Amino acid sequence: MTTNPPLDPASDLSGPGRGDNAIEAKEVEGLSQGQIVWRRFLRHRGAMFGLILLALVAIISFTAMGIGPIPGLWKYQDYNRSNPEILNGGAPTLSIPGFGSGGFAIGEHPFGQDDIGRDNFALVMKGVQTSLLVMIVMSIVALVIGVTVGALAGYYRKRVDQALMRFTDLVITLPVIVLGAVLGKLLSTIPIKLDWSQEVREGISASMPLLLAVMLGLILWPSLARLVRGEFLTLREREFVDSARVAGASDWRIITKHILPNAVGVIIVNTTLLMSTAVVLETALSFLGFGINPPLISLGNLISTYQGAFSTRPWLFWWPGLFIILIALSVNFIGDGLRDAFDPRTKRIPSEREMARTLIKANRAATGGAA
Amino acid sequence: MSKQNVVETNLEGAVRLSRRIGDGTVKKGDVILEVKDLGVKFWVNGEWFDAAENVDYDLRAGEVLAIVGESGSGKTQSSMSLIGLLPPNGRASGSAKLKGVELIGLTGSRMREVRGNEIAVIFQEPMTALNPVYTVGFQIVETLRTHFVMAPAAAKARAIELMRLVEIPEPESSFDKYPHQLSGGQRQRIMIAQSLACDPKLLIADEPTTALDVTVQAEILKLMRGLRERVDAAIILITHDMGVVADMADRIVVMKDGRVVEHGTSDEIFTAPKHPYTQSLLAAVPHLGSQTGDDHIVVRESLVSDGKNPVPLADGDPDVTPALLMEGVSIDYPKQGRRPVFRAAHDINLRIDPGRVLGLVGESGSGKTTIGRAAVALLPVADGRLQVAGRDITHASNADLYPFRRDVGIVFQDPGSSLNPRLPVGESIGEPLYLHEKLRGSELSKRVEALLDSVELPRAMRNRYPHELSGGQRQRIGIARSLALEPKLLIADEPTSALDVSVQARVLQLFADLQERYGFACLFISHDLAVVEMLSSRIAVMKDGRLVEVGPTAEIVNSPQHPYTQRLLSAVPVPDPAEQKKRRELRDAIIEQLHLV
Repeated sequence: MTTNPPLDPASDLSGPGRGDNAIEAKEVEGLSQGQIVWRRFLRHRGAMFGLILLALVAIISFTAMGIGPIPGLWKYQDYNRSNPEILNGGAPTLSIPGFGSGGFAIGEHPFGQDDIGRDNFALVMKGVQTSLLVMIVMSIVALVIGVTVGALAGYYRKRVDQALMRFTDLVITLPVIVLGAVLGKLLSTIPIKLDWSQEVREGISASMPLLLAVMLGLILWPSLARLVRGEFLTLREREFVDSARVAGASDWRIITKHILPNAVGVIIVNTTLLMSTAVVLETALSFLGFGINPPLISLGNLISTYQGAFSTRPWLFWWPGLFIILIALSVNFIGDGLRDAFDPRTKRIPSEREMARTLIKANRAATGGAA
Repeated sequence: MSKQNVVETNLEGAVRLSRRIGDGTVKKGDVILEVKDLGVKFWVNGEWFDAAENVDYDLRAGEVLAIVGESGSGKTQSSMSLIGLLPPNGRASGSAKLKGVELIGLTGSRMREVRGNEIAVIFQEPMTALNPVYTVGFQIVETLRTHFVMAPAAAKARAIELMRLVEIPEPESSFDKYPHQLSGGQRQRIMIAQSLACDPKLLIADEPTTALDVTVQAEILKLMRGLRERVDAAIILITHDMGVVADMADRIVVMKDGRVVEHGTSDEIFTAPKHPYTQSLLAAVPHLGSQTGDDHIVVRESLVSDGKNPVPLADGDPDVTPALLMEGVSIDYPKQGRRPVFRAAHDINLRIDPGRVLGLVGESGSGKTTIGRAAVALLPVADGRLQVAGRDITHASNADLYPFRRDVGIVFQDPGSSLNPRLPVGESIGEPLYLHEKLRGSELSKRVEALLDSVELPRAMRNRYPHELSGGQRQRIGIARSLALEPKLLIADEPTSALDVSVQARVLQLFADLQERYGFACLFISHDLAVVEMLSSRIAVMKDGRLVEVGPTAEIVNSPQHPYTQRLLSAVPVPDPAEQKKRRELRDAIIEQLHLV
């Protein structure tokens, strides 16, 4: 058995040519599909901005307020404790050069205090944690249900498709806010009605954010299911699926090994967009008083609690609002970057200046080599 | 001469919106395009790569220049740079003058006045080059009204005239048809009509027939040959197939890896090619009749359909279990929405003995792929009996099919789509082994490496991804995968139709070697008789879902009996101008005869 050495087209003019898309392939030489996507993602400025911003927000909130039993570094760990000593009418002590007077200072209460002296920074950071938790849990729930339903409907078509998609249509028709509100209310009333023990009730109200996230996931999956179904319908007609079938692959293997990895772009992109919806939805529900209720903290119920203080202590309103925007925006940017990265048609088009610069460099190298 | 006047009449009264270069008239023999030191560069990852360099040629009105080369040789990019249609990361350098006006570096409205008006392009894929949401008539009118002050009615009259010029049947009613309502050949005719709309000085035809069947290709080439006489424009014909240009081109430029390797008149290139690359390109065109001698046929074995009755099953040795046996097989495509059940194959009787290759030939839409897919149980059989290697799979369930999958392999037409883009090719090749022989780890990689060796690819390639490979390499991977389990029956569904002619020649050679080594029976599906002839011992010809003629290769090629077979044969291009001319005349005679009957 002989091995042929790789063909070197440049050295032999009578041999075969360099073949199609040889120049385009230079960009992706030796890289797997995943690596190409990752590289494109890293080049996306908006996505990088979003990723760094989201990481910063997460790091600050978790280092300040801790995770679960691990305490954080901020001095007001008990965010609900009132404080008789209200500094300067509760105004924020954070000062940044360029805004107002003085240099950079964090001070005692960087985001200010409310009327009973609670530290707004501790409250907002705790709220950010809740929002992030809701966002992640909800997206996992929606991802699992949406992908399963969409994949089965798209792959098996016919009756399975009919049944699953009609059910999906039914879920889509339900107004999310109303359904979320009803489910949220039920969670607090059912234990009382059924006369459950005090411990169970406390357990339920303590894990309220988690339960709310699962509920939202149960409502928000249909859009993902529809997209995954559409993607499966196209991909199952591709010849590599047929060739896997001829090779004897089972349905399970074809779905998981051959079709799903090719649909991963659509799935990831839409999940990130769902995540930002989730943040806003949780806020809206909590604002309406149906989501997370005190003593638990979320950005939405902070705004709701302090809406009356808008004219006297506006910072109580601004800071949670700012963080809602930061989280939703950065997640959206990341989703946008992922969409571009997964789209095979996006090619990096350099600026005119960059192209001109490399051309000059190449010319100089050519003349330098000749001299 | 009379036709020439017909084309011009409607334009004489019209006022051109776009300025013309020169005084607007060209006479045959005028030099209209001078290309000097033309180069195209692409920016990839901070470096410039040459797609074409030092391209020089002159073009006279009424002349056909063929630019021949493989994919990636820069033939398309160098021509597209003439009308500024390079991608954003491309740059053209050098000079190209159309009647003294420099085209390189021309931008904006000046360039738009050239496009369509002075230089028109016929693209490769008429389906994607025409906009599916507009009628074809509208698209021709659009071109006209962009460059002329013209009332809609006058533009429509002119468009219909153009459609008549390109021989569209019933141009008045076809005017309001959408691209999907026309056949591939007719769509390409519309593209040609559109490009001729403004009476351009230069026509660039970018592989105008590559996406078409052999028979349709012959018709389009005939049309273009006719246009040469009627229109004064110069034509640049870009192709990878020497056979296509044989009796079209006056002069030929051969390109390889961005450089012109040979430039000469058609006669010089075809009779005495100097450069070894040109010689290899010429040799790559499958030459009909090259495999079979002109033996006298003593006993006629071919079975011909007489119109109503299907071709009966050929007699075979009763002791031998045929690798594929189809008896009265019909295949339906199930009802989809409002579309009724479509019967794609009627009463097919076919037999392939072990170790033999049967070529199945026909135009697209004739149902050959359907038969291939049914033979590997990708499509259910509606009627009749289907046996593969002695196993009846007519009504087999999925579970029954599992052992059957060991015995068959299939090579698909489009090597780009038949490999999972997310898997390294080594994993794709190893999948059948993984599933059936439960091979894992080093044992599996050993087998995969052996398979890569057998298709003459370097072993290191197993870790590459499909998008990194060229078309020919991908198809080799597809062949390696289909051979992984050493099947008794291999279905090759147009394995080379998506490849360049030169790549096709190498893949076919490899395929023939492998067939000899592994001894599998093979159903080789193709629309090109010359390709089938190289490999198969018997040929079956298919038309509209029915077999029309089945017989030994030599007999089918040398003395076809069914008129359809004769037409298919005469459509195969041959890389020899004199021979091609003879065949063309023969073909016209056959078609005429068909119309008379």
